[in-house]
Amino acid sequence: MSRLPFYLIVGFLLVAGIALSIHRHVQFEVPWTPGEQRQVWEIEAQVNFDAHGGPVKVNLALPSSQQGYRILTEHTASPGYGLAFLEENGGRRAEWSTRTATGDQQLYYSVQVLVAPEARQARIASPPLRRDIVWESPYDTAARQVIERAWARSADPFTFARELIRDFTEARQGENARLLLTQFDRTPLLVRLLNQAGVPAREVSGLMLEHGRRRQSLLPWIQVFDDQAWTLFDPRTGNEGQPDNLLLWESAGQAVLEVQGGSNSRVGFSMLVRNQPAAAAVRSQLADDTLINFSIHSLPLEEQALFQTILLIPIGALMVVILRVLVGIKTSGTFMPVLIALAFIQTTLITGLIGFLLVVAVGLVIRNYLSYLNLLLVARVTAVIITVIAIISVFSVLSYRFGLNAGLTITFFPMIILSWTIERMSILWEEEGPKQVLIQGGGSLLTAVLAYLAMTNPWIRHITFNFLGVQLILMAIILLLGNYTGYRLLELRRFKPVTED
Amino acid sequence: MWTTPASLRAKGIIGMNRRNIRYIGRYNSRRLFPLVDDKLKTKLLAQAHGISTPALIGTVITQFGIKQLSAMLAGHTGFVIKPAKGSGGKGILVIDDRVEADRYIKPSGVQLTLADIQRHVSNILSGLYSLGGSPDVALIEALINFDDSFAEYTYEGVPDIRVIIFKGYPVMAMMRLSTAASDGKANLHQGAVGVGIDIASGTAIRGVQFDRTRHDHPDTGHELASLRIGDWGTLLRLAAGCYEMTGLGYLGTDMVLDRDHGPLLLELNARPGLAIQMANGEGLRTRLDLVERQPEGVALEERVAFAQHHFARSSELRETA
Repeated sequence: MSRLPFYLIVGFLLVAGIALSIHRHVQFEVPWTPGEQRQVWEIEAQVNFDAHGGPVKVNLALPSSQQGYRILTEHTASPGYGLAFLEENGGRRAEWSTRTATGDQQLYYSVQVLVAPEARQARIASPPLRRDIVWESPYDTAARQVIERAWARSADPFTFARELIRDFTEARQGENARLLLTQFDRTPLLVRLLNQAGVPAREVSGLMLEHGRRRQSLLPWIQVFDDQAWTLFDPRTGNEGQPDNLLLWESAGQAVLEVQGGSNSRVGFSMLVRNQPAAAAVRSQLADDTLINFSIHSLPLEEQALFQTILLIPIGALMVVILRVLVGIKTSGTFMPVLIALAFIQTTLITGLIGFLLVVAVGLVIRNYLSYLNLLLVARVTAVIITVIAIISVFSVLSYRFGLNAGLTITFFPMIILSWTIERMSILWEEEGPKQVLIQGGGSLLTAVLAYLAMTNPWIRHITFNFLGVQLILMAIILLLGNYTGYRLLELRRFKPVTED
Repeated sequence: MWTTPASLRAKGIIGMNRRNIRYIGRYNSRRLFPLVDDKLKTKLLAQAHGISTPALIGTVITQFGIKQLSAMLAGHTGFVIKPAKGSGGKGILVIDDRVEADRYIKPSGVQLTLADIQRHVSNILSGLYSLGGSPDVALIEALINFDDSFAEYTYEGVPDIRVIIFKGYPVMAMMRLSTAASDGKANLHQGAVGVGIDIASGTAIRGVQFDRTRHDHPDTGHELASLRIGDWGTLLRLAAGCYEMTGLGYLGTDMVLDRDHGPLLLELNARPGLAIQMANGEGLRTRLDLVERQPEGVALEERVAFAQHHFARSSELRETA
């Protein structure tokens, strides 16, 4: 039996993996280490609506380069639709159109935004004051009194806006404010009041950037002008200034989304932050999608966030292979430790360890009682699954009551896997005694912790996500390990007595 | 505490990885595994090949078949219930006596009722003891009346003899003596005493418990040096014949010596453990290498003679007295 094909495959995988990685490093300047980088946000807007069967026109506000952020590239996915980018009233908009469309429609717009602290705030001309404000009685009196009250305590348009908004916050809400809020929505109301007092202001929409979030929506902000300058106010708190992670999506005071010929329209945002060297971030505007540029980054953002975890699983599995083949640690269930490690990523290590031990310990006690009931195996394991769910619910509620929010993350544990672990441990206990339970349980936990440490290492995360070629290298390493006929580390201890005489 | 790979290699010790890739992977075809993983299949195959096994009282295949258990057991004072697909001695229940109709006694003296036994059989059928938890069949076999000459060497359980058969050659053998520590089970990692047996003569070479050298049985206090397996040649031929029977090149055969029936085949193992090297104080490597250099198609008698000639060893045990 020739081993040549085997070594050819391993060699091919190694060469291909290393070549792909080097190509990515050289061509796209993706660095080998996660340090010294620029942050690039990938934001995807997904427009959903039900089309009525006739012509459809969809108009979506788009972000522009602004203070702190520079727009790099943008893409759309909208088969069957015509598309135009428009400049209207100082705002950028995308307009999709089609002759007929029926049923559930989805349009995508994705944009790469570079975090650029040096990017300056664009000069925006102050919008004209709205003169068309008419109040009905008794709201006119209430509005006047609220304005007067804030006016007296302010010195300029900005302090006036701050005082006015604060008068509408929960803590300081007066009778007049409460009355007005029964009739008007908070943000349009505040804009109205500011305009009435002679302070130019408008409502804009911003997106709070948070890594890995999906199905987010835009939040309203109030843009207040004072001659040449402007600033943002949070209508919920009255806080002045733009938070660092706020991207203004619509800043012309227009509607974010307009759909003609459809209903139930909504727009949701997913986002992801990625580290890129500054040069590559700039160049990515020119990068075209060739086959060699095969990369996770060409996927929609939701899938990218998922892949970031999926690409780490081979690392966890490699840890298991190393510990079993090279060290000789016994685990309960071959890849159970990887799943536990994935749960640890969600729960953090200490909480995860405590939660795991609590669930398994209580589960073992209850499983011990179940063994007296003389049940069929499948029924018994099912009973254990329900028990595990009950234990997890009780721990979640208890930890929440005691103010330990970390305890809530216990729900991330794979419950079916935990139930089988409990079942196996219980049988092991009956047959081989508690010592074996400690050895195998401890082995599984040790493997899980090591897999967790490997999977959360920032450098490993960076490498696996940015260099797909690494997966081929991992494959080659695992194939080679599968061919290892030498001794395991623990066998050096096990067989020691033989060498003694 | 630790030794070096070089000194293990000098002793010819085989590790798990080497066993899995070099011997099991190469010589044991996957499609043959069911023959040895299912004790019922092994038993029927052995009967077809004229290899003697313990008498079969009956089998329980379905959960409702459990109701017939008491009728099946009537007239048998002692019996053994085992899962057909169990491994490592898991799920084996030995009853060696019974008082009245409904009081079954284990060798340890623990009393069981019929309901206890039915529950055990039910567990076996649900796959509690089988590999991967697949549904299983329960075998009920006649109790082995082991040779009285071994009474002094065992505690509660039946001592069994493990012979490694490589390409039909018996390469190494050991006897496993159950102890109080192993709870009557013959598994070395649970505390049974492993006694290396000389392939040439069937006499004890060396004894180990928990990987440490022993010269006597921990419970009975009887010295191991005088241990000698009668009818050794027959036993070796029986074990070596399992190669033709199964076609598996690297095979562990578990045998017992019955007072009335002589050597019986208990079960076969396609993944035999490595503890036998500890019991013999010698690695398998040199013996396996020697067998690999032999031509194919050698007759059974010649293979056994070859092994007895080349693998002869003298005892390391000291005689007490």
